[in-house]
Amino acid sequence: MTPSLTQILLSGAAVAMLATPVLADKASDTLNVAFSLEPEPLDTYKIAGREGLILARHVYDGLLYKDMDSGTFKGLLAESWSQPDPLTLEFKLRRDVTFHNGAAFTADDVVDTLNTVIKPDYGTRYAISVDWIARVEKVDDYTVRIHMAKPFAGAFEMLAGSLPIYPHAYFDAVGSAGMAKAPVGTGPYRLVSQEPGVKYVLERWDGISPESPKAGAQIKTIVVRTMPELNTQYAELMSGKLDWMWRIPPDQADRLASRVQIVSAPIMRISFLNLAPVAASGDTPLKDLRVRQAVAHAIDRDAITRAFAGGASEVLKAFCNPAQFGCTDAVTQYAYDPDKAKALLAEAGYKDGLSLPMTFAAMPRPVAEAIAADLAKVGITVQLDELQYAAGVSKWRERQAPAFFSNWGSYGVGDVAFLLSNFFGGGADDLVQDAELSGWLHEADTATDPELRKADYAKALSRIADEAWVVPMYSFNVNYGLSKDLSFRPYPDEFARFWQSSWK
Amino acid sequence: MLVYLLRRLAVALCVCVAVSALSFGLMFVVGDPAVAIAGAGGSARDAEAIRHAYGFDRPYVVQYLGWVGHVLRGDFGQSIYFNMPVTEIVRARLPVTAILGGVSFTLALVVAVPLGIVAARKPGGLTDRLALLLAVTGQAVPSFWLGLMAIVVFGVWHGLVPTSGADTWQGYILPVVVLAYSAMPAMMRITRSGMIEVLGTDYIRSAEAKGLPTWQVIVGHALRNAILPLVSLAALQLGVLLSGSIVIESVFALNGLGRLAWESLLRADLPVVQAVILILSLVYVVLTTAADLVNAWLDPRIRGVR
Repeated sequence: MTPSLTQILLSGAAVAMLATPVLADKASDTLNVAFSLEPEPLDTYKIAGREGLILARHVYDGLLYKDMDSGTFKGLLAESWSQPDPLTLEFKLRRDVTFHNGAAFTADDVVDTLNTVIKPDYGTRYAISVDWIARVEKVDDYTVRIHMAKPFAGAFEMLAGSLPIYPHAYFDAVGSAGMAKAPVGTGPYRLVSQEPGVKYVLERWDGISPESPKAGAQIKTIVVRTMPELNTQYAELMSGKLDWMWRIPPDQADRLASRVQIVSAPIMRISFLNLAPVAASGDTPLKDLRVRQAVAHAIDRDAITRAFAGGASEVLKAFCNPAQFGCTDAVTQYAYDPDKAKALLAEAGYKDGLSLPMTFAAMPRPVAEAIAADLAKVGITVQLDELQYAAGVSKWRERQAPAFFSNWGSYGVGDVAFLLSNFFGGGADDLVQDAELSGWLHEADTATDPELRKADYAKALSRIADEAWVVPMYSFNVNYGLSKDLSFRPYPDEFARFWQSSWK
Repeated sequence: MLVYLLRRLAVALCVCVAVSALSFGLMFVVGDPAVAIAGAGGSARDAEAIRHAYGFDRPYVVQYLGWVGHVLRGDFGQSIYFNMPVTEIVRARLPVTAILGGVSFTLALVVAVPLGIVAARKPGGLTDRLALLLAVTGQAVPSFWLGLMAIVVFGVWHGLVPTSGADTWQGYILPVVVLAYSAMPAMMRITRSGMIEVLGTDYIRSAEAKGLPTWQVIVGHALRNAILPLVSLAALQLGVLLSGSIVIESVFALNGLGRLAWESLLRADLPVVQAVILILSLVYVVLTTAADLVNAWLDPRIRGVR
């Protein structure tokens, strides 16, 4: 008797099933995590993507730790700190900290790491994270001083996450590439194996100082895999092979909600439409304030946010995320009012409408199309041009994209300093070049008095709103998909903290 | 035959140079690589530092010739994204794509050729119609959809096979089947049409009249002539499969060359993109040259023998 095709398939499948490895989950105390994007090599100073930074924060510690609930800073590798003068920060270090390779943590590690990564030839990815440090000095084995190159209000934010400390002897021996290949830190998890860009296995580091704000990790093993296709992740999440995934589109989140846990959390990233009053060609209707105001009045931001963002997203009332320090909505508001938009256009001499090229990057096409449709209703004919982010932002900087629809994540930092100065601080992304406005921002970015900073940012945000240089759209949210056994708390900075996770 | 071979190799070399120069140029047309590397949070200052550090501020020709010079010395450079040698990255991913492409190709060929022959024996018959239905379905159904359905049915509902990754050989089962199914129809149809044509010729009727066994007529007489277009097509199909299927590798989370090429393009990792493109163009050139040589061997008219 010859076996039928079904019999052959079934026997093949049975063999395959026997050889399939046992799945890890709550029973084996293993958290299975999926990222769509490949994490970069784990030298924090050279990472741009959130995936690599999340892993790095589990392996490495910085001097400080930001408590997101209270918004205050706690000591992580530092025990206490002081500011002897406006340009000096002094840190007393913890004495009970050990690196994953057994080396004791001392001031030499801080001095060596920071003095290395501030050198331009080291290639630290974001200049903003280190360019405020002039040099770091060892006072004694457990005391260091950071001498600042300039006053910088974001210094503590940077010390709490962006500036991890590496073991100096190992770092000197292996350099950045060696650090990425076999990371050694003081964090709550140590990396036990990695296939770069594919799979990372982290194990709880039981040698962590009990005083560390990151101490007390519950889950023993974390396995992180790169799975580019979201649909494959859904399949694995539903079949119990995955415990954690993120960035689920709103429509998919609704469908998955009955099968797994879906948690929606607001994040720092915001979307907005930049309106440049200047153009490389020399002339643009956007140089007229009334046209910019008309654009702002013509877009139904509530409807667009509800339809396309959903979840925990909010319509923005100013060019900032309400979760950020310095953000205020006490600025000129542009309600959805097509009639007013038409009147403003008529007043500006565009009674018969006008034509406006709009570039968009890193934003969904349907949202850009919805904006174009709203603008068409008041007589503004939009030519949409979708570009990769790099191409779009280059076009903006070259003044060839008068209307540029994109987003900005403020490096996940809850402070408008990391948003406003990029677009209005006088740099390459600032097409307005308003000296008074950039002066306020400079003062706010470098001052230590919170009230003075708030006042300066409020003036800046008012000016930006009055001039309608930006149409703020909405804050982003992230949908997380979790297995039913997992207890996970998301934060607006988009940094997953698995050391706080546990099984239900 | 030697002249023919040398002529083909000279053309192949020109193709490789042209492809690498063109792809190098296209990377800069798409956007400033320094801005892409700086990422969505990168300021103009960060991009400027990257531009300088990686030499993107040099003239394009200087950059390209510099790259060619290193490649000739066997150095593909460092990946900007992974900060490790490109050869190391490619070496890690090549086996996955080679296994996936090689096994899928073999499976597709093993199914396509016999099916094409059987279908050609009675055109319009039930077997022929079923074979065509299978082929048309394979051509019409997008492989990402088929892949996802396979994951849902065999991975999620029945838990028979792993749904992603290549940690074990079972991880290859679904992607190989799905990929083979997309490659099979074209080969099956060309075998079928070639066989129908040849089976109608006088010399086949003569062979049958001589009383030769059917298998000998088909394999020994008909197939040798019908196979010529299949050789060229199979070489191209193998090239496609060995270039790594972006879709299949993404759906099944396989870490192969196709995914590497696609993701490196998105993050403007120029050294990796250039290396992968050069390797893939070499694969194509070698395969098409090999197909030409096989055809020349099978058909003396091609190599100019009179």
